[in-house]
Amino acid sequence: MNKTSASATSASIPPAIPPSAKKPMGQRIKEFVTDYKRQWEIQSMVLPGIIFMIIFCYIPIYGLTIAFKNYTVIDTLSTAPWVGLDNFRIILSDEYFWDAVVNTLGISFLKLGVGFIIPIILAIMIYELNMGRFKKFVQTISYLPHFLSWIVLGGMLITWFSTSGLFNELLLNLGLISKPSNILLDAGKYWWIATLSDIWKEAGWGTILYLAIMAKIDPTYYEAARIDGAGRLRQIWNITLPNMKAIISLNLILTVSGLLGSNLDQTLVLMNSQNREKAEVINSYVYRMGMTQGDFSYATAVGLGVSIVSVILLLMANKVTSKLNDNQSVL
Amino acid sequence: MNRKVIREGLDSRIFDAVNKVLLVCFMVIILVPLWNVIISSLSSGRALAEGGFIFWSKEFSLENYRAVFNDSTIGQSFVVSVAKTFIGVITHVFFCAMIGYGLSKRYIRGRKLYVAMGVITMFFSGGMIPTYLLIKSLGLLNSFWVYIIPALFSYYDVVILMNFFRNVPDSLEESAKIDGAGDWHIFLKIFIPLSMPAMATIALFNGVGQWNDFMTTKLYITDQALYPLQMKLYEIIVQSQTQSMQNIGGSVVIETTTKGVQLATIVITTLPIVAMYPILQRYFISGMMLGAVKE
Repeated sequence: MNKTSASATSASIPPAIPPSAKKPMGQRIKEFVTDYKRQWEIQSMVLPGIIFMIIFCYIPIYGLTIAFKNYTVIDTLSTAPWVGLDNFRIILSDEYFWDAVVNTLGISFLKLGVGFIIPIILAIMIYELNMGRFKKFVQTISYLPHFLSWIVLGGMLITWFSTSGLFNELLLNLGLISKPSNILLDAGKYWWIATLSDIWKEAGWGTILYLAIMAKIDPTYYEAARIDGAGRLRQIWNITLPNMKAIISLNLILTVSGLLGSNLDQTLVLMNSQNREKAEVINSYVYRMGMTQGDFSYATAVGLGVSIVSVILLLMANKVTSKLNDNQSVL
Repeated sequence: MNRKVIREGLDSRIFDAVNKVLLVCFMVIILVPLWNVIISSLSSGRALAEGGFIFWSKEFSLENYRAVFNDSTIGQSFVVSVAKTFIGVITHVFFCAMIGYGLSKRYIRGRKLYVAMGVITMFFSGGMIPTYLLIKSLGLLNSFWVYIIPALFSYYDVVILMNFFRNVPDSLEESAKIDGAGDWHIFLKIFIPLSMPAMATIALFNGVGQWNDFMTTKLYITDQALYPLQMKLYEIIVQSQTQSMQNIGGSVVIETTTKGVQLATIVITTLPIVAMYPILQRYFISGMMLGAVKE
């Protein structure tokens, strides 16, 4: 398909670039320059993107070197003295950092354990609905919280959890508590607040992909199962779930790779002086060390360490998923 | 999906009933808190202080909204939010479409390198501090353009648009070339009009992102005049939280007025998205699919 369009652009461009390894370097550069000049119009569309990437993506990646420097406000990137791995050594003995690691992993695993299954169950429940109207309604409502920002949801949570708010009111009416209290000030409950509010926000949105996969399942499977006398639960267990296995495992592994990147917006809104010890996650710690305390080198070192672990997790995830998908990489 | 046309069996009907009941519960869990926010924002300060209502306020009043609209900085924040969303979306979509169009041509020289550069940006980044230093040295701190320029590009969106452009038949481009049209002409006059559904989807995703974004402000803006609604709301929330912690035993009136203002601001901040939501929903879903099924 593309060969035709290439030959239409200019007859002299070879449709497939021959293996260039055999040609001398000079000739290859020359060819490149001639082609580039001939293609200047289409190249002029890509060029701004390349410039953007160099400035906004690659210069900050180069900027990561300050993790190995002692950068202070009076320095520039090039004048700051190198300190090697000193910043990383300090990290390892920093107990606040390890608190943040524990919180990040705790919240992430709760989100993974509870938050991962709920969209699957929800998607199956929606799929099993047979009334078109109600189904549409359920879907529309369940996506809605996804579009609220964390600031908005944080504000809502603070009012719901306040002593005169909805949450205490419900518990009082149900007779579960005798005296209202502000749950957000209770550090011991913070992990659950972070997890459950995240599920409330994203569970419905998470069903979209699953529903799309389920819509492709061949209905004759279900017919055959029914004739064999399989009940509804059995049909779900033996037909629906096996058909979703690939997408579920893929989703699971991609979630694992993002384990250390807990939601910064959420933490910044919900964290207060009372629950800080349980609420501080790595990202908010980087923010606090870097942006409010001005320790740029230290904060960058923390960020870099986290990125490296995340990339390793991602590469492992890609390896496992490609095995699951007949050696086709998803990335 | 009419696989359940033949209804049969008692257990199947029980399953349906239980399923429906559970889903109704789920709806209640989502809708009641949202409804409670709306109804609380329309309550008088006294009713808010007493609490004790879930579905219906004891004392309706518009005083919270009056207080919000009397605060001129909220109006200004609304303008900032609208401006940054509107300008941001248009420039972002055009920028990504332009690059996506270029990269959709397999014959373009250097394509492999460009794609590799793009893919790397999806997984590596300098992170918060190096990016901050860059923004600072570019002089974008406390400038409206910090909302627009760093948000111009997203390789993820480029890939989606690139794949969409590839599905346009080549013959269209060929005949235009025979008529003497250049690449820019073909892109602007043929591909952009044909790709409206894909561009609309990306515009909507990006629009919600811009509207909801507050980290950009938190990191790079200290000038109150450039605060969007989200940041304004964040300030009100933080302010009221520290207040309510300080004045345990102090004045209740201050707390509840702040709470009322907070609730009214929440509703105002969310209203544009909720108002657009029913119309835009199907675009969002098709966009999810577009993003998920890439190669």
